[in-house]
Amino acid sequence: MLKSLRVRVSQGSQYIPELRSFVPAGFRGLPLISEGACLSGCTACQTVCPTKAISLDPIRIDLGRCVFCGECAPACPEKKIEYTSQVRMGSATLEGLMVTEGQKSLSPVATSAALKKMFGRSLKMRQVSAGGCNGCEAELNAVANVNFDLQRYGIEWVASPRHADALVLTGPLTRNMADAVELAWDAMPEPRFIVAVGACTISGGLYEESSALDRTFLSRFSPTLYVPGCPPHPLTFVAAILDLLGIQRGDAEISK
Amino acid sequence: MSTLLKRATADIAVDDCPRWLEQIRARLGQGARVVTLFGRPEASDVLVTAILQSATGVLELSRTRVTRERGYHTLTRDFPALHCFERELHEQHGVRIADHPWLKPVRFESAQRGTMKEYPFYQIDGKEVHEVAVGPIHASVIEPGSFRFMCLGEVVHHLEIHLGYQHRGVETLLLKRDAKALTPLVETIAGDTSMGHAWCYAAAVESLANVEVSEEIDAARGVGLELERIAMHLSGLAGLATDIGFLQGSATYGRLRTTAINTSMRLCGSRFGRGWIRPGASRAVMDAELAQVVRSNLGLLMKDIAIINDCFLQAATVQHRFRGVGCVTSVQARDLGLVGMAARASGVSIDQRTFGEGVFRTFPMQPVVEDSGDCWARAVIRIHEIDRSLEWIGKVLDRHGTFASTLQPVGNLNGNQFVVSLCEGFRGEVVHCLETDASGKLVHYKVQDPSLRNWFGLALAVRENEISDFPICNKSFDLSYCGNDL
Repeated sequence: MLKSLRVRVSQGSQYIPELRSFVPAGFRGLPLISEGACLSGCTACQTVCPTKAISLDPIRIDLGRCVFCGECAPACPEKKIEYTSQVRMGSATLEGLMVTEGQKSLSPVATSAALKKMFGRSLKMRQVSAGGCNGCEAELNAVANVNFDLQRYGIEWVASPRHADALVLTGPLTRNMADAVELAWDAMPEPRFIVAVGACTISGGLYEESSALDRTFLSRFSPTLYVPGCPPHPLTFVAAILDLLGIQRGDAEISK
Repeated sequence: MSTLLKRATADIAVDDCPRWLEQIRARLGQGARVVTLFGRPEASDVLVTAILQSATGVLELSRTRVTRERGYHTLTRDFPALHCFERELHEQHGVRIADHPWLKPVRFESAQRGTMKEYPFYQIDGKEVHEVAVGPIHASVIEPGSFRFMCLGEVVHHLEIHLGYQHRGVETLLLKRDAKALTPLVETIAGDTSMGHAWCYAAAVESLANVEVSEEIDAARGVGLELERIAMHLSGLAGLATDIGFLQGSATYGRLRTTAINTSMRLCGSRFGRGWIRPGASRAVMDAELAQVVRSNLGLLMKDIAIINDCFLQAATVQHRFRGVGCVTSVQARDLGLVGMAARASGVSIDQRTFGEGVFRTFPMQPVVEDSGDCWARAVIRIHEIDRSLEWIGKVLDRHGTFASTLQPVGNLNGNQFVVSLCEGFRGEVVHCLETDASGKLVHYKVQDPSLRNWFGLALAVRENEISDFPICNKSFDLSYCGNDL
C-alpha cells in the first residue's frame, strides 16, 4: 500500500491539458517552404527524397508521401525548406496534404457535420496494421496513454470491428493482409469511416514500388481522414480526429 | 560500433557441399553458434553462406554452392537452431532441404503470397483436444500474426505460429535504391528497432567504403541505441503490467517510456530515433543547454523507475502471475538458437555489446543474465537492463558533454566485398549482410531481425501452460512481426 502511494506521488499529473495547442519540443514536424526562386534547374531536394514527396515548379511537398527524414532541408542550396515542430498536419483530402511555398501552417481538418452529429460524443476505433512497422502502431497506442488520454473525449480503441465506427489503417497494405483488412471492414456496421495513418497507408510511402502489396482496398474505399507522418506524432492524430468531429471542448469544460 | 566481419569475395572459399556441412557440424559441436545462414542465387545455382560465432565473439564465414534440385541434407535434425534458416532458404530460393522436419514458409513471400489461408496447420486428435485460432488481427493495437493453439482442456499442448501477413518485400527494395541512401527504409524494417537496424546498416556501408567513424559519432549512436532499449523495455514492462491487470505499473512504466522517447526526439527530431544515424554520420544535436535537459530526464527516469520497480516486483500478484509461467530452459534456448534478451533470460549469455568495438570497448557493458527462463525472468531482465543502460549513458555523457551533427564523407563502396554486421538491439542481435559486385553495386542484402529466431521460443514457452497465460508469454518476448516478415 505504501509502495503504491509512493508510485502515485511520483506519478503526479501526467496528462497534457490542452492537446491541440501543445507543441512537442524538438519534433521534426510540418516542413515549411520559404518564398523565393529556386536555383535554375536545381533538383537537389527532389533527388534526395526517398519517397518522391517533392514536386518542382512550383516546389511543393506532399505530406502523404513525406517520411520526415529531413534530407531535403540541408540539400537545398537556397535553404528554402525548414522543418518545424508543428504537429497539425491531418487532412480530409489528399490535396490538403500539399505544402506549398510561403505557407505557414496547414488549415485544420474541416469538421464534418454528419460525423460530428454521430460520433462527436463517442467514437470507437478499430486499428488494423497491414504491414505497419510498429512505429504508427506504437504512436496510436500512445494516444490512449496517460499523457494524451484521448478517452477523455469518448474516443477509444475497441477490440472488435463489430464495435467500431472507424477503421484506422496503418502500413502499406500487404498482399498477405488483404483478406483480413476486407474482413474487418465488412464486419463493421454502418455508419463507418476509414482513417489512413502514416505515409505507408496514404501513398505506399517507402514501400510504394514493392510487389508484395495489394492496395486495391483503398481504391474501392476512400479514407475520410489522412494523418501524415512516419510515424505521425500522437498529437497529429489527436488534433485531426478532434477537428474532424468538431470537438471544441477544452479541458476545463470536460472536468466540469 | 557493431560486431563486424568483412572479406573480399575472392577470399571466401566456396567449399564443396559435403565438406562445408562437415565443417559446420564440427564447429557447432565445438561450441560455436550459428548467427545466420542464407542463400543468394548465382546463375542456376544458389550460393549458401553460413556465419558462425565463437564463444569469444569471433565471426566465422563459410560458403558452398548447391543446385536447387539437389540441395543438401538438413542440419536442423541435429542442430534445431538452423530450422528457420533452412526454411527460409527453401522458401526464398527453392533449395531442396532433404529430411527437414518442418519446411513451413517463414513468411509466405513470392509465389506463396496470398496462400496463407490454405496452409495446413498441425492437427492433433483426441477426445479432450480442441483448437483455438487467434488472429491475424488481434484485440489490441498491434501488428498482425496468427496463432493456432492445440489444447488439451485448458492446457496448451502446442502452439503453431503463422507469420507473413506483414511481408512488404524489404530485401528486394533494398537492392533497388542507392546503397548509401537506404537509412529511411532500414529504419522501418522493424520500426521499434530503428536505431538497431540503422546502426547495423551504417556500420556495414562504412566498412564497405573503408570509412572509420569518429569516437564522437560512435558515442552518439551508442546513446541512441541505449535510449531505444530503455524505451522499448519500459514499453514491454507497461504491456506486461497491463496483461496482468496491474494498472499502476501500466500507467507508470508507460509514462516513463514517454520521457525516454521524448529524450530521443529532443536529440534527433523523432521519438523512434529516426534520422539519428546515417552512413558516416550522427545527426543528433545536443548543446550544453540540451545536455542539461537530457541529464535531468535521465535522472528522473532513474529515480521514478526505482519507485515503480519496488512496487511492481514486490507485489504478490505480479510474482504469482510471472514466476514459473512460460519457461524456456537453458538447453532449449541454446538448441533453438534464441538470441538477445530472451536467451539471456534463460541463462544463455549472448550480447553483441560485450564483443563490441568502439564505444562498447571504451565503456564496457556487462550482460544481464537470469536463469529461470520464465516470464518473471523476462520481466526482471528488462528492469536490470534499463538500469544498466541508464548508468552507461551517464558515463558516455560524462565524457561527451555535447553532440554536434557530424558527417564524414562516405565514398564509393568497394567492389567484390562481403560484410556482415551485428548490432545488439533491444530484442537481440540485428544482423545485416551486404555483398557488392565488381563495380561496388549491392548484389545482395540479407536482413535478419532477432525475432526470426525467437518466435519459436514463444511456441515452446507456452507448452503445458494454461492458454490464458498466452498474452503474458507473448508480451514477455515482445517480438516483431514485420521484423520476421520483412
